[in-house]
Amino acid sequence: METVMIITSGFLVTIAVYLLLSRKIIQVIVGTAVLTHAVHLLLMTMGGFGGDVPIINGEKGEFVDAIPQALILTSIVISFAVTAFFLVLTYNAYQQLHTDDLDQMRGMYYE
Amino acid sequence: MNNMIVLPMAIPLLFGILLVFLQPYIRFQRWGTVFMLVINSAVSIYILLTIQTKGILRLDFGEWLPPFGILFVADSFSMLLVVTTSIVSTFAVLYAFATIGHEREQLYFYTFVSFLIAGVNGSFLTGDIFNLFVMFEVMLLASYALITLGGKKFQLKESIVYIAINVVSSSLFLIAIAFLYGTIGTLNMAHISERITEVGQTPLLTVISLLFLLVFSIKSGLMLYQWLPGSYSVPPTAIAALFGALLTKVGIYALFRFFTLMFYHQPGITHKVIGFMALITLIGGSIGAMAYINIRKIISYNVIISVGFILIGLVVASTVGYEGAIYYLIHDMFAKALLILLGGTMIYLTKTELYDEMSGLIRNYPLLGWMFFLTVLALVGIPPLSGFIGKLLIAQGAVQAGEYVLLIVGFLSSLIVLYSLMRIFMNCFWGETILSEDDVKPLRKIVLLPCLALTIIVIALGIYPESIAPIVQDAAKTLANPDLYIKAILNN
Repeated sequence: METVMIITSGFLVTIAVYLLLSRKIIQVIVGTAVLTHAVHLLLMTMGGFGGDVPIINGEKGEFVDAIPQALILTSIVISFAVTAFFLVLTYNAYQQLHTDDLDQMRGMYYE
Repeated sequence: MNNMIVLPMAIPLLFGILLVFLQPYIRFQRWGTVFMLVINSAVSIYILLTIQTKGILRLDFGEWLPPFGILFVADSFSMLLVVTTSIVSTFAVLYAFATIGHEREQLYFYTFVSFLIAGVNGSFLTGDIFNLFVMFEVMLLASYALITLGGKKFQLKESIVYIAINVVSSSLFLIAIAFLYGTIGTLNMAHISERITEVGQTPLLTVISLLFLLVFSIKSGLMLYQWLPGSYSVPPTAIAALFGALLTKVGIYALFRFFTLMFYHQPGITHKVIGFMALITLIGGSIGAMAYINIRKIISYNVIISVGFILIGLVVASTVGYEGAIYYLIHDMFAKALLILLGGTMIYLTKTELYDEMSGLIRNYPLLGWMFFLTVLALVGIPPLSGFIGKLLIAQGAVQAGEYVLLIVGFLSSLIVLYSLMRIFMNCFWGETILSEDDVKPLRKIVLLPCLALTIIVIALGIYPESIAPIVQDAAKTLANPDLYIKAILNN
């Protein structure tokens, strides 16, 4: 299970890097979103998969580490906020600069 | 009693939320923010003095004893930075009254400043690496909002770069945390340090430490500073002063914490790499500072040079080096904020950012000219001013550790700082005045007052460094002996 997850996570990172290096801003944003998902999978894998649901009945036995899941939850909320902000910013920039191409923005420094 | 140490983060956070509801009352927002920051400074100073008598304080949230819960830790190093943050931001906000413009004030400027300060103080105080990540995000989200506030075209363009870089580096931060948690199985800084000492810093852990180094060097502008000059030169002066004084320093703080508390067992690898990166930073920053004629760009490159210089103190890894770095860090927060405010005032007066279009300002604004001159001297490290003692101690540490290359490049970079800033001074303040009598704008007191106050602090820190000397020595001692920190946290 761990191996599958690590490979999935690596595959997502590959996609994210490809998207991040593209010229369209919207693809960059999707790239950052995919990257955070890859990281969340990695975090989950680091907690390990063997074991039961964490303490519900107080039964003895192997429990899954619950901390990575708490971390993922926090991180999802943060990345949600950042992505929302980034999208609004891009929309605003598109309205003012009339382009979503990073190469064409280079020249627009002082006007 | 220890509950006090959450206040430097909690006061700005709660006050920022309150301000959201008071958006139409600009006057209240202004003076309320200043009042809040003064209270915050007073509380921080009180905590700092308490630490001197009672030792390192910690606050376990929800009574979860470390290493199980999240906690705040206040030692001399972090509290010195919290105090400096609160004082600098007070003056930056005062400066913002007259210069930021009514439009931005209505767009929740003071709210975001409060959140920014909450994030910065939280990052200094936390004792848990995941909590550090969350505090970084609080600070960064506020900074995203501040850098885009107003929505001018060039601002939008630069802020897209700034946000993209920071989002990617936050993901890298999370990856590093995931690997560290997978290897060590804890998130508490003191506990991580203890476990690393137990198992030895294996190559795997060293690689993870280099990943953390990569993350924090993006945030602090150590070698990977290419995003910094652009994004620090687009926002309005008061915001740029906050960024230049605070944001990179949080990255530097994290580097010091990680490489003195946790990953200090393999200095042959990690500290060598940091030394190399500091070298590149000093050289690159110097080239940039000489290359531009835009005042804001030159000042941004000066921010980069100081990052490289402070990190020399970490590379030499001795008590003297840490002491010097802490002195220089505090000096730099005050002096860089002052420099950016003065530069911004000059741009406001002449309506141009290029220094060869300015001339003869000293005729109409003598006080401004003298303050600029003093700031330049302080940044170069001329004896009676605040930069001297930090530079001296860092140099002493570098000589002891035999880091002669870093030492020479560090001092040469000081000369470049002198050259680049004196060039601005001579071009802008000397010569025939370009402003006709009708153009001369009176400088309002509210603009000059924060600059004057910061100048006085810079002079006072230089003439009387003994005032903070015992605190700095205590901070350096804790950095040099991680056991002190670990004992204070894990000793229940």
